[in-house]
Amino acid sequence: MAVTLTVNGTTRQVDADPETPLLYVLRDHLELNGAKYGCGIGQCGACTVMVGNEAVLSCVTPVLLLEGRSITTVEGLGTLEKPGPLQQAFIEEQAAQCGYCIPGMMMRAQALLQADPAVDEAAIRAHLEPNLCRCGTHMRIIKAVMRAGELMRQKSQSGGAS
Amino acid sequence: MRVLKILAAFAILLVLGAGIFVAYAWRSAIDPVDPPAQTSFDRALVARGADLAAIGNCNVCHTAPGREPFGGGLGIQTPFGTIYSTNITPDPETGIGRWSEAAFIRSMREGVDREGRHLYPAFPYDHYTLVSDEDNRALYAFLMTRTAASSTPPENELPFPFNLRMLLAGWKALYFREGPFQPDPIRSEEWNRGNYLTEGLSHCGACHTPRNRLGAEKKDEYFAGAEVENWTVYPINGNSPAPVPWNADSLTFYLRHGWHEHHGASRGSMAPVTANLGSIPEADVKAIAVYVSDVMGRPSQERIARGEAASAAARKESEAPLTVRATSTGNRVGEAIFLSACQGCHDGRRPVPFGGLNLHLSSAVNASNAQNIINVTLFGLPAARGEPSAIMPAYRGVLNQDQLVSLLDYMRERFSDQPAWTDTRERVAATMNGEREVPIYRMDGTTQAPPETSMRTTSWP
Amino acid sequence: MTRTDAKNPTRRGVLAAGGSLAVSFSLLSRALAQEGEVQGAAPPAQPKPKLPGSLSGDPFLDAWIRIDANGDISVFTGKAELGQGVKTAILQIAAEELEVDPATIRLITADTGQTPNEGYTAGSQSIQNSGTAIRHAAAQVREILIGQAAARWQVPVDQLRAENGKVIRADGQALDYGSLVSAEILHVEAIPQSRLKPASRFRVMGKPMHRVDIPAKVTGTPIYVQDLRMPGMVHARVVRPPRPGATLTELDASAVERMPGVVAVVRNGSFLAVAAEREFQAIQAMRVLEVSARWSEGTRLPNPANFIPSLKSLPSQQGVVAERSQGDAAAAQTFQATFTRPYQIHGSIGPSCAVALLENGTTTVWSHTQGVYPDRSAISEMLKVPPEQVRVIHMEGSGCYGHNGADDAAADAALIAQAVPGRPVRLQWMREQEHVWEPFGPAMLTEVRASLDQAGKIVAWNYDLWSNTHTTRPGPAGSLIAAHSLPTPFQPPPAKLSITPSGNGDRNAVPLYAIPNMRVIWHFLPEMPLRVSALRALGAYTNVFAIESTMDELALMANTDPVEFRLRHMEDPRGRAVIEAAAADFGWSKDPLPEGRGRGFAFARYKNLAAYLAMALELEVERETGRTRIIRVTAAIDSGEVVNPDGIRNQTEGGIIQAASWTLYEAVTFEETGITSIDWSSYPIMRFGSVPERIDVRIMDRPGEPFLGTGEAAQGPTPAAIANAIRHATGKRLYDIPFRAEIVKAAIGV
Repeated sequence: MAVTLTVNGTTRQVDADPETPLLYVLRDHLELNGAKYGCGIGQCGACTVMVGNEAVLSCVTPVLLLEGRSITTVEGLGTLEKPGPLQQAFIEEQAAQCGYCIPGMMMRAQALLQADPAVDEAAIRAHLEPNLCRCGTHMRIIKAVMRAGELMRQKSQSGGAS
Repeated sequence: MRVLKILAAFAILLVLGAGIFVAYAWRSAIDPVDPPAQTSFDRALVARGADLAAIGNCNVCHTAPGREPFGGGLGIQTPFGTIYSTNITPDPETGIGRWSEAAFIRSMREGVDREGRHLYPAFPYDHYTLVSDEDNRALYAFLMTRTAASSTPPENELPFPFNLRMLLAGWKALYFREGPFQPDPIRSEEWNRGNYLTEGLSHCGACHTPRNRLGAEKKDEYFAGAEVENWTVYPINGNSPAPVPWNADSLTFYLRHGWHEHHGASRGSMAPVTANLGSIPEADVKAIAVYVSDVMGRPSQERIARGEAASAAARKESEAPLTVRATSTGNRVGEAIFLSACQGCHDGRRPVPFGGLNLHLSSAVNASNAQNIINVTLFGLPAARGEPSAIMPAYRGVLNQDQLVSLLDYMRERFSDQPAWTDTRERVAATMNGEREVPIYRMDGTTQAPPETSMRTTSWP
Repeated sequence: MTRTDAKNPTRRGVLAAGGSLAVSFSLLSRALAQEGEVQGAAPPAQPKPKLPGSLSGDPFLDAWIRIDANGDISVFTGKAELGQGVKTAILQIAAEELEVDPATIRLITADTGQTPNEGYTAGSQSIQNSGTAIRHAAAQVREILIGQAAARWQVPVDQLRAENGKVIRADGQALDYGSLVSAEILHVEAIPQSRLKPASRFRVMGKPMHRVDIPAKVTGTPIYVQDLRMPGMVHARVVRPPRPGATLTELDASAVERMPGVVAVVRNGSFLAVAAEREFQAIQAMRVLEVSARWSEGTRLPNPANFIPSLKSLPSQQGVVAERSQGDAAAAQTFQATFTRPYQIHGSIGPSCAVALLENGTTTVWSHTQGVYPDRSAISEMLKVPPEQVRVIHMEGSGCYGHNGADDAAADAALIAQAVPGRPVRLQWMREQEHVWEPFGPAMLTEVRASLDQAGKIVAWNYDLWSNTHTTRPGPAGSLIAAHSLPTPFQPPPAKLSITPSGNGDRNAVPLYAIPNMRVIWHFLPEMPLRVSALRALGAYTNVFAIESTMDELALMANTDPVEFRLRHMEDPRGRAVIEAAAADFGWSKDPLPEGRGRGFAFARYKNLAAYLAMALELEVERETGRTRIIRVTAAIDSGEVVNPDGIRNQTEGGIIQAASWTLYEAVTFEETGITSIDWSSYPIMRFGSVPERIDVRIMDRPGEPFLGTGEAAQGPTPAAIANAIRHATGKRLYDIPFRAEIVKAAIGV
């Protein structure tokens, strides 16, 4: 059965059972690596992606809910050659150890920063609560999200001036 | 002239009436005292007070998220406006540090503060009036030995005339019956203890009994269920929607642990209640359960049979989870969503509390409306902090209104004998657009730890 | 257990391309002994003077560094990237001594087909062993190249220098490294002494360098074994028995075989798995397979009630870890206590995964194992094939923090691959499998009795610890879950007591303080009622918790500030330096704190031979709820010569948060019928809402000193600093990890 999904701006036909969780369609059919399998039951956040402007747990979201919706994964934020502001911030703050949880963290942070790039540290901590990190990289992740907020504000200011 | 005379007489009557009312309504101030030394309280009395405060759920209303315990400042939404809880720490300036024991007991018994002002019944003195002097002394000892917090709550946000405290005297005249509690001599000691705790400190009726237009509990609809802060509070009388009828044992277990295998996990504003009750001696919880299950009444044979059928259906699905697909419903959208997004956890394969409840056993799908399922589906069940607890992901970011309505209709049809809900779409819309504001509470952890300072949190995830 | 790799064909002549070095590895027999982590391993044969780091196992320079005619440089390490940043640090080391840009080096990590055998990537030894080897090898290679240029130009070597991949003459003439390489010149054994660059001339080392793996990790570039996709690959899932020892008694796989996408149901004895074309199909098939299988009862777990205290009554063997009697032990005051720690999990965020392919008789396994060679040995024994018919290649996985499910998943994949030859098999565990089947960090119980003299000095120290081994790693096939399930099951080898300098369950059991009379005994428990193995820091977590909690109690008895008390007993100047630095940076003082707040201090030198770390911490105990909130942490660490300061900082911050989570929240739960902590709701760990407001790490500047292992240095001091701060905040000493709210509240009362 075919499902039509819009992922990182591209509309794709996927030959998958509509009950398949988005995670497996992203990884297995579309060969995107950002979203990770962590628990499969929505407890750890490693699979977080964005649907529209919201952070969503792709491991518990069947694709049948997503016809016509816009899905963004960490691959949609930038590339190795041209990292986006959030990716840049995570590199600058060296905010990863094993890095397995990081794309999920980034997508939840992206949703937060898109809504309010001036968000404060307390709000970042509260917002990231559903996402687990086992290496203990939390302090750097918080710093990276703060820095990304700054980068985004700078970008939107310079964008506004041009 | 005649008109004038009548007017004058009317005016005199009015003044006289007002005078009598004021005289009736007036309460004297009780002199402030120097805050008693913490060491002056007997430790055993303080410990008893701690248990009573947990039964009374004092921390839940008197603590704002992220603020000091018992420091007040939580906004409580009422149909008349927002009332902010007071600081009941022993801080002399902003708390109750200058309240004598007599002033404290009077506030509990009569709903009047130390200065003699009437208190709004958001402070449930219509229940607390039943508390014995002995228990009040223990509560006083407990509160006066807390850490003082210097914190003044915001002003209440009440429009005229509700901002006139004097009017509360009239409210009291209509609805308030002063205690203390009178035991029923023909009932057992345990039942009386349960009645005393349930009606008094536990103030279960404050949420579980519907209120009239003036905010008083409807005595003739005792424990008939209500809606509080946009959470549906289930009837805990003969109309309990629980498929498997409650009994004293299951209720005791549930209240102490925050979950029961036939009923699921406590959540929403019930989560702090079970968290509090988890930290107190079992005998008191059992007494409450004995009394409440008596109010629920002995289930009919028909109800028992329905409960057994529900259990059997749940058991069957847990044994062969993946074969459960076809149902009679023609709601294909709702069914597809349920099977792919919900059933994986809610098939009963893994027992409650860490597994999702099989919905054949759910009070929520049998309730009078879908609000609680709407709330948990949209906002999830946030993990307890540092303790084992149930967790449920939120679907706010992914379900649209039509999808959620289809899902709810499907659940109702598949898991309940009750007629379809009629106001689901309207509730879904109002909850999704924020018109119905839903406070989110963390889950009650499975340990016996007291609840977090405030279990209120943000949506998850 | 001592093995030779002499017959491994894949390690010969792999770089035979024109003009490049002919390669022949040193095949010196190499033991798997890794600082006490392996039971029963014999020490390596050492006929020659000891070479630095892992060069002692593989002395040929070209086992570590190769340069081809184009000047392309390859560096080989037997260590694996586990998220600890080792690739970056090794590149820094190699680039520094080779005088090249790190970006120009190709780094090959743990691969039985290509790299030296450096045993496990464990025990905070990668830089100490592999880093040291590569540093010396690189320096010696550089000198050889300079020597070649000197010969070619007929000038003395002291007129030449190496820079940016070239050897340069005083007049500016230059020769590329590639042009200086000729056959076999690097196929020489290392010498014990190298001309290492002095720290004053460092360009790369000692400076923060961005980790080379992070850009890929933040852009979704495939880098993990979980991301590996190969043509024709199938997805597999295993079905585990309800508990260890249970055998498969009945199976009706017909329903599963009919499911869409299912390629094979694999049953081999009691090993049960399914492979399908798509990953979600494999998961759905696994769920049906689960309910299609019947199992025998298996081995019941112990009764969890009072289980940890009962460790003392299990059969045990005694090992004397330390015994010293130096003078008067007349005690004025004595402190005595019992400390415990429950079973805890590694809890990788990404469940274990492996890809395996059987092709032309060789099984290749891509795994996030910590030891490609030992894993190969175990898998080949399980498959009953010679080791050269198995190749294990490391690929990154989710952080492991010790021996988690990686090796078992590799074995699972290898076994499934035998059933679908020619097709790569990607196997990943489900979350509940990871939580239940990974080997846990062992529960421990320790008893301390320590005495002070009249002057407030420690005169006697008695310490007893009860613990299983902390290592059941491969090597033998019996260490693999899959091998236990075969028709002729492999048995786990019996655990053996072994006392080594770096320790195991007894790691850090000996206080580093000056104490004249001391007796430290490991009551070794051979029986393992729950499967256990290495969890970051092994016994050091519990031992330092016990020792440093005791130090605070003794300081109280001596009426002395805890920092001062530690300094009074610390003779090692580097130990003193980190204690003083952590105290100073933290602003350690006797000033009163607000109610409910407390300060705690702790110190340890990891293994008593790796990095020194001292830590001060401030926390708040919520009196009403018993919840502990860590506010700020300041650590000072001495890792010897610094390679990547930011890497040390990252590891230390992470270690503190992870150990804080263990200490405040974590315990495996079980019933006689099985493990009940099977996911993040039943086994909670620290979430963002509970992490400290700040963590500061000072790195001591130690130019010219040997590298000291860093990755696990914070694990021991963290629980002690927390316990000491809770003691300071509440007056209550906590002895039993975890310090969950319920426990703390019960201790502090109303």
